[in-house]
Amino acid sequence: MSTDTSFITRSHEENWLPVLELAVEEVFEIMLGCRVKPVAQAEHPPSSEFTAMIGLAGALCGVITVCCSAKSAGQMATKMLGDAAASQSEVGDALGEICNMIAGNFKNKLAGTDERCMLSVPTVISGEEYSLHSMADGKAVETVLLFENAPVAVRLELQA
Amino acid sequence: MDKIRALIVDDSSVMRKIVERSLRQAGVELDKVTEAGNGAEALASLQENPVDLILCDINMPVMDGLEFVREAAKLECAKGVPIVMITTEGSESHVVQALSAGARGYIRKPFTPDQVKEHVLPVLVKKP
Repeated sequence: MSTDTSFITRSHEENWLPVLELAVEEVFEIMLGCRVKPVAQAEHPPSSEFTAMIGLAGALCGVITVCCSAKSAGQMATKMLGDAAASQSEVGDALGEICNMIAGNFKNKLAGTDERCMLSVPTVISGEEYSLHSMADGKAVETVLLFENAPVAVRLELQA
Repeated sequence: MDKIRALIVDDSSVMRKIVERSLRQAGVELDKVTEAGNGAEALASLQENPVDLILCDINMPVMDGLEFVREAAKLECAKGVPIVMITTEGSESHVVQALSAGARGYIRKPFTPDQVKEHVLPVLVKKP
């Protein structure tokens, strides 16, 4: 099977952001019952108290991250559990699943890519004292949205 | 419809709870729900806990959902038990692989309770 990614880069390069935004909006609406829209990052700087990551490999190679405050991560978990209180491990688990569904929804929207792109299982980091060094050194796009009036950042980094 | 015994296989405990809630919202009356965090755990669980329905993720550590479906088909205790995949993997090749291996339904995450109803109720009614 071919692993040439040039056609994907050419056809989608200018469209990564709207596709990512749509993938994010659908996940929040369906799984959390919340309509979210992108906002200006400068006016709503996101927290990275919690960071969830999903690796992409194959035709698309890189990483998708979701960063938010501990409060937002807890609110997402509570909503996913049907307004039941979430334990600390469930908070991380829920954010990882949100990131997983965003990544899956994103790649499923790219015709010709979903067949040839694999997702890793999620990784979740709690705490802001870390540096993330992705091997993806190509194009990066980021969207910030307001969830319960707090910013959540979703970032896609791709290998060139 | 009689109350059923379900096995929910997903490496996310939160997602297992969501799937169980979605089943109840879909009108499925649950007698007992067993959970497993991957395919290998699910195979072991099936030996001890017979079930009427299996809902299974694909991307999981240790043993993924596609391998689980293939292995479950070899088990006497799982013969005729419908398996419905619930996964972020939405490609046609994954759908074909899952259905070829013996899965009876395929739901893409993110999903609504209506989608669970649409894909699960028919396989509960139609026993092979």
